[in-house]
Amino acid sequence: MEFFQSIDWMGLLKCFVVGGLICVIGQILIDKTKLTPARILVLFVTVGAILGGLGIYKYLIDFAGAGATVPLTGFGANLAKGAMQEVQNSGLLGAFIGGVKASAGGIAAAIFFGYLASLIAKPKIKKQ
Amino acid sequence: MKRLGTQTIQLDNPPTIVSTASIVGPKEAQGPLAKYFDQCLDDEFWGEKTWEKAESKIIKETVNMAVTKSGIAATDIDYCFAGDLLNQCISSSFGLRELNIPFFGVFGACSTFVESLCLGSVFVESGAATNVLCATSSHFCSAEKQFRFPLELGNQRPQSAQWTVTGSGAAVVSANGTGPFITMITPGKIVDMGIKDANNMGAAMAPAALDTLITHFRDTGRKPSYYDAIITGDLGYIGKEILTELSETKGYNIKSNYNDCGVLIFDKEKQDTHSGGSGCACVGTTFSGYFYKQLQEKKLNKILLIATRCFNEFYELSTRGKHSWYCTCN
Repeated sequence: MEFFQSIDWMGLLKCFVVGGLICVIGQILIDKTKLTPARILVLFVTVGAILGGLGIYKYLIDFAGAGATVPLTGFGANLAKGAMQEVQNSGLLGAFIGGVKASAGGIAAAIFFGYLASLIAKPKIKKQ
Repeated sequence: MKRLGTQTIQLDNPPTIVSTASIVGPKEAQGPLAKYFDQCLDDEFWGEKTWEKAESKIIKETVNMAVTKSGIAATDIDYCFAGDLLNQCISSSFGLRELNIPFFGVFGACSTFVESLCLGSVFVESGAATNVLCATSSHFCSAEKQFRFPLELGNQRPQSAQWTVTGSGAAVVSANGTGPFITMITPGKIVDMGIKDANNMGAAMAPAALDTLITHFRDTGRKPSYYDAIITGDLGYIGKEILTELSETKGYNIKSNYNDCGVLIFDKEKQDTHSGGSGCACVGTTFSGYFYKQLQEKKLNKILLIATRCFNEFYELSTRGKHSWYCTCN
């Protein structure tokens, strides 16, 4: 019972709505434009990096938490944030090191779990 | 054999399509034409490790079936014309290597089946061969991987997208026989209308189909009503609509006897295949399974079969619609 009381229900709702809206934008782009999924992916990361670089994205993260960090735009913002921080520590080279450093956890986890999944699962035909 | 008009070839001693065979995948087996196919598979792998190997097995078994049905010994078949969608036509090359029949690899994309029939029938008519084998295959999974996105990515298909038919169609064409005959061939020109969407092939190919259709009528002096059925390969719902409208503006009404294999092979509502079927096997299996039987049973006597193709290069569709045409008169 204590567990349920400790949950920030309002925070969950904000997270769900913001994360969902970002995905809605992606869905509209898939349905209404001729952009390929790869281009939409790059677009989201780039927009996130620009918003992160300008310092705007952090307000969205403060508001929605994982709803803003988990979508691709969050990855972009994280790259920008890491690059800027590292520049302060190690100069211009930091612009190339920092982004990957900051997102290393996500990248390594994606490879690790992707590898695990490939060991136990086999690609299948689409249902529709 | 002589030329008619600008593009049409008339075959004076028309070769006969002695037999056809078709094998389809599980999705096609749930479609409205299922009962016409010779064999329906339960899964896309058919006991193989990869989709490419499965596709090779499908074309191999289909070809064996067509040869058996024809009553002609495999050693009496002079040449084989076949192709598929994969790089270097690997499905047909690997699938047919044990046949020991001289092989012509045909890359006609979705028009491969009809293109093979055209080339094969000219060989037979000219006396270069007595019996030839024409075959093609395609596989949804291997085609998605080759032309669109890997299935592991799990991306969504837009409404204009068509579903590559899993299966294979094969036909044995012979100088000796009593029909159905291949009487005329109209190879089409490359028509590029600048549509670059890999998920809207019907719209890309319809203008090319129109060009060949009109050329055929002009060369032969025939009218659309001459044929019991005019069938396109895989224009799908969007392409079918465009072709019907375009031909009406050019003064040819094909509304009553025109249909498309991509429209016929799936149930759009129940199977959620969006704009219909596509791929080499679309016209390959629909003709081999459905239309050939209609011709044999004399439910249809004269049909015009039009297959179109377009090239998909690096996710950019360069629409070089090429068509082959062929018509049979019984």
